Amino acid sequence: MAVTETYVGQPMLRKEDAKLLAGQGTYIDNQTMAGMVWMEVVRPPYVHATIDRIDTSAAAAVPGVIGVFTAADLEDSFPGGLPMVWPITEDIKIPTHWPLTKDKIRFAGDGVAVVVAETRAQAEDAAEAVIVEATVLPAVTDLEEAATDKVVIHEDLGTNVVVHWSHGGGGDQSVFESAPVIVQERYEQPRLIPNAIEPRGCLAYGIPAAGEYTLVSATQIPHICRVGLSLATGISQSKLRIIAPDVGGGFGSKLNVYAEEALALALARKTGRPVKWIESRSENYVATIHGRGVVHDCTLAGTEDGKIIGMKFVEMADMGAYFQLLTPGIPELGGWVYMGPYATEAYWYEFRGIMTNATPTDAYRGAGRPEATYVVERLVDAFARKIGKDPADVRRMNLHPPFTEPTTSVMGLNLDSGNYEPTFDRALELADYQQTRKEQAARRESGDVKQIGIGLSSYIEMCGLAPSAILGALRYVAGGWDAAEIECRPFGKVIVRTGTSPHGQGHETSWSQIVADGLGVSPDDVEVWHGDTSVTRLGMDTYGSRSAAVGGEAVRRAVEKVKEKARIIAAHELEVAEHDLEWTDGAYRVKGAPDKARTIADLATSAWHAHALPSDVEPVLEGTAVFDPPNFTWPAGTHVCVVEVDTETGGTEIVRYVAVDDIGNVINPMIVDGMVHGGVAQGIAEALYEEAVYDDQGNLMTSSMTQYLVPSAMEVPTMTLDRTVTPSTTNGLGVKGVGEAGTIAAPPAVVNAVHDAVAHLGVTQIGKPASPERVWRAIQDAKGGAA
Amino acid sequence: MTQIAITVNGVRHEAEVEPRTLLVYFIREQVGLTGTNVGCDTSSCGSCTVHVDGESVKSCTMLAVQADGREVTTIESMAGADGSMHPLQEAFHRNHGLQCGYCTPGMIMAAASYLNENPAPTEEEVRESLEGNLCRCTGYQNIVTSIMDAAGQMSGSVRGT
Repeated sequence: MAVTETYVGQPMLRKEDAKLLAGQGTYIDNQTMAGMVWMEVVRPPYVHATIDRIDTSAAAAVPGVIGVFTAADLEDSFPGGLPMVWPITEDIKIPTHWPLTKDKIRFAGDGVAVVVAETRAQAEDAAEAVIVEATVLPAVTDLEEAATDKVVIHEDLGTNVVVHWSHGGGGDQSVFESAPVIVQERYEQPRLIPNAIEPRGCLAYGIPAAGEYTLVSATQIPHICRVGLSLATGISQSKLRIIAPDVGGGFGSKLNVYAEEALALALARKTGRPVKWIESRSENYVATIHGRGVVHDCTLAGTEDGKIIGMKFVEMADMGAYFQLLTPGIPELGGWVYMGPYATEAYWYEFRGIMTNATPTDAYRGAGRPEATYVVERLVDAFARKIGKDPADVRRMNLHPPFTEPTTSVMGLNLDSGNYEPTFDRALELADYQQTRKEQAARRESGDVKQIGIGLSSYIEMCGLAPSAILGALRYVAGGWDAAEIECRPFGKVIVRTGTSPHGQGHETSWSQIVADGLGVSPDDVEVWHGDTSVTRLGMDTYGSRSAAVGGEAVRRAVEKVKEKARIIAAHELEVAEHDLEWTDGAYRVKGAPDKARTIADLATSAWHAHALPSDVEPVLEGTAVFDPPNFTWPAGTHVCVVEVDTETGGTEIVRYVAVDDIGNVINPMIVDGMVHGGVAQGIAEALYEEAVYDDQGNLMTSSMTQYLVPSAMEVPTMTLDRTVTPSTTNGLGVKGVGEAGTIAAPPAVVNAVHDAVAHLGVTQIGKPASPERVWRAIQDAKGGAA
Repeated sequence: MTQIAITVNGVRHEAEVEPRTLLVYFIREQVGLTGTNVGCDTSSCGSCTVHVDGESVKSCTMLAVQADGREVTTIESMAGADGSMHPLQEAFHRNHGLQCGYCTPGMIMAAASYLNENPAPTEEEVRESLEGNLCRCTGYQNIVTSIMDAAGQMSGSVRGT
């Protein structure tokens, strides 16, 4: 029977929920196998040290231990180091990154040995029994200090400043000297720890005699892992299967090819046993990538009446002790949004990537774009303060005019579409901006202890990663396409094999909505399979707000291919010409005689039994599409945050948070709202609470969830959301992507609000996170350092 | 090794455990119920929340030997015998109260225990009650909505706004 309801655009409840609510998720730590053994990585308590001697004898004697291995013992296991796939410049200096370090410990997560034992507890006990004698070296985690090369992390590279990338600039650069108003600011953005609630973990097993291996891993990127781990371990790609089971959040932290994945595969090969590794949270804090860790020197050139002529940014970015998969590319990914949504005339962005004795940085929700948006939006506020204008007025007068066809921005790339002012106006309306300004004035007038601050953040982001040709031009080694295969089973069930790899984003639901609309079936008749390189053979996985705009569009195109074939069979069966058919009410119908019809279920059955197909039509109704987007997508929006700051304690309470985003068309508004909620919460966390802190010996002080403040329901406010819709021109769905919008927009909105609440006290700078201590100190400093 | 007997979801389990075995690993690895997740090692995240004698407990804060002779309830027992979802599970589904789902069993167990104590909470009270349960996906908004919705359903009153 044809289904005529329209599902795209509806808040359809999720298909993923039932098993997760029942406690039947397939998360990695729920997986076990006969003969399985446990792996534990030995990470001695050093940050920077040369290894003098490793004594594994006591560890080897621990009951249940099968083997203890150092880098030397695994010399033949790793033909290549761990992959870094974005050598962004020709002269970038790339350190070799072995799964176990050979000579020197360069950060707290550096593994020096690995233990395999029968049980989890035995492996932990044995890891503690490994004796590592080392000579401690001075450690460096401060960027400017690291840049002096007094302590060099990789001697063979000769320097910690391993890469310098410059956008090259756009427009007249002299404005940064000659403009009527010049604003210069420095902004520091500390490292963040991603904190997916499920730590990492993996299970490797195989048939050594056949050279075949499978890795089940809590990863966002099974397809990329297959390539990367094949290079690292020498296992042929054709004999390596990667499975991402249910994954408990990623936020970029599982967008990587990690040492433990390579080690587990190598040890499954070496021991012939299934090898499982589960990361502890404390281990996660040092061994899984961090985000941010950047300092920007910023210049805005403007006029007295508020026009932004140009913006210039020179960044130092903390790479950590090694490159992980994308490390040096993360700042560059932000390098295309430093004009924000504004029609500026001049653009400059460059950065230096600097090695430190800390955990490698890499993609953390937003990946480069939050860093960029934070400094742009803080700088615009600083400009407004300097010329004595309302920051809303300054933003509105500088917004880029609307465009529905791709247009080239001052930074040089094409933007797909944009209409920023309605989004901006709606955000201010929902925040009751004018009235709140009046309340703020009254509080200031009365000298209330609690002062109101209003923070704005207007952003643009680059999503839908990515057009392969542009990636190639940017020296990224892989492509940005994605794929979908649709198989119509006889009697009406449809299987979708998607190349995206969801870990909370609800692709099973959203892709079902696309297919249901296209094929005239119920979403309940659609099954979406993902995250297994042997089942969903083609794909580029899930990150960078790409899944709907690239993978979802591939699904839509695969639907069209199915329908092309179905039309031929329908015409044959109904004994009419193809052009006499039309697709209406969920079926191919004869024009003028709609009762003469064939549904997809009918045609899938015909194509399957193949009793009477046209002679030139192959059996089976299916379609495959590989979609390489012609452009990025460019969502935009404005967020408004209203805070109350206690000027005696420095404490901040968010009293209102409004997010109005334009992410193009929306497949499932319920899922989209949920992503914005989560993204904004992570942005609020970044703005007010979270910060990886190191002592002067390079030890991570915020080394567990008790010191690193992941916000609870008490700290995150109820948010007000709305959307405007400017469809993308990059894909047939018109979608732009939403996974990172909240995390990009929220930090400057919140910190601008805090700053706004105390600016009248003479505060000229507020650091991030705007903790009570920082805010209190800023107020005291403004008073003349009385405290 | 210590001999213990713990009733989990109505079934008595006798086992020998190492004294250091945490209740959560007893539930997951010896009883074989993997719905209760582990998200940290500092009793911060609440993913492992279960009920012990009806009270919500982070099962990583308790040794298995401390639960000897007691009744433990996990996420696996929340659905009815006929497979029908508990009102909290239904409400989380209806209000999109979960994304990756990893914190969800702990959230539901914490909320079930809390609604038992306070069947008609305010939103602020619900937020306070969740202080020990961390979620990284949802920003908590739809979790709070789900619990308010479930409270309404469970008390038979009209769903609050």
